[in-house]
Amino acid sequence: MSLQPETFKSLVKVAAEQVIASASELTSLDQAIGDGDHGANMKRGFEAVLGKLDAISAQPFDEALKTIGKTLVMTVGGASGPLYGSFFLAAGEALSHDKHLPDDLAEVFASGVDAVSKRGRSHAGEKTMLDVLVPVLETLKTDAGRPDIVERIRSTAAEAAARTAPMQATKGRASFLGPRSVGHVDPGARSSCVLLQAVCASLEGRP
Amino acid sequence: MNDTVGIVIVSHSKDIAKGTADMVRQMVGSEIKVAFCGGNPDGGLGTSVALIVDAINDAWSPKGVAILVDLGGAETNSEMAVEMLDPERRDLVVVCNAPIVEGAVMAATEAAGGSSLAEVRAVAEELSAD
Repeated sequence: MSLQPETFKSLVKVAAEQVIASASELTSLDQAIGDGDHGANMKRGFEAVLGKLDAISAQPFDEALKTIGKTLVMTVGGASGPLYGSFFLAAGEALSHDKHLPDDLAEVFASGVDAVSKRGRSHAGEKTMLDVLVPVLETLKTDAGRPDIVERIRSTAAEAAARTAPMQATKGRASFLGPRSVGHVDPGARSSCVLLQAVCASLEGRP
Repeated sequence: MNDTVGIVIVSHSKDIAKGTADMVRQMVGSEIKVAFCGGNPDGGLGTSVALIVDAINDAWSPKGVAILVDLGGAETNSEMAVEMLDPERRDLVVVCNAPIVEGAVMAATEAAGGSSLAEVRAVAEELSAD
């Protein structure tokens, strides 16, 4: 089995559309514990990705991921631009170095997660997007061969995003709030969940 | 003419970035290369990697460029902008861990004396020392 270009195009499209559709929800979450621009920023970035969708999907996968990363870096306009941008740039870099999809998905994903961690100087447990990305990476590593892997990623992402609510933020703008950051889902964790679940839905043929 | 370290000011607000640059020019003088940027790619509050890259190029000096930032996103986007530069320029640009206004004035004052990039950074970052 290999990832087909038309499948890739469709999942990028679905993921971008879902992020755009979630903009007001992401903004509400960010208004609670951040600076209230996460939805607008992500919408701007993924609209730019959608605008380049034909060109992106005509590229080899490694170049396509790097183009997505660079587009987000240049258009998002908040810290999430470099963070998501670094994820896609590093994943593309991993693919250009002898990694293949879907066989090496966990390793490619791990490269992206590692880049986010380095860029944000952050780790899981600090109420950030890593609190979704890291558990999903663990699921990819442990459950890769299972027939229900897509469903497992979907549920892991949802549960992981929900688990950020009781956390106290120690990174990013939310950390300024200290204990007042408790009780709200982290906007970055939520946007990661939206992206991953859209990819899952697209792979299952039910966007 | 001797080159001096260039200064880049990155704020979420273009007005803050411009006001800080105006202060630096008035207090330190116009011989220092000062560039500034603020605002997201739509012109709202935020920071833009593309604008930061442009500002680094505007303030470019063979002695290097020191960047002063206001908040987390400005720092992350500035670090990303540095990585987007040609490899030979990348090592000559630093993001200072310093308050934006005081840091910019102190860094520019130090730069005006012909100091190295490391010295300029150290003076700015003294402001953040405990």
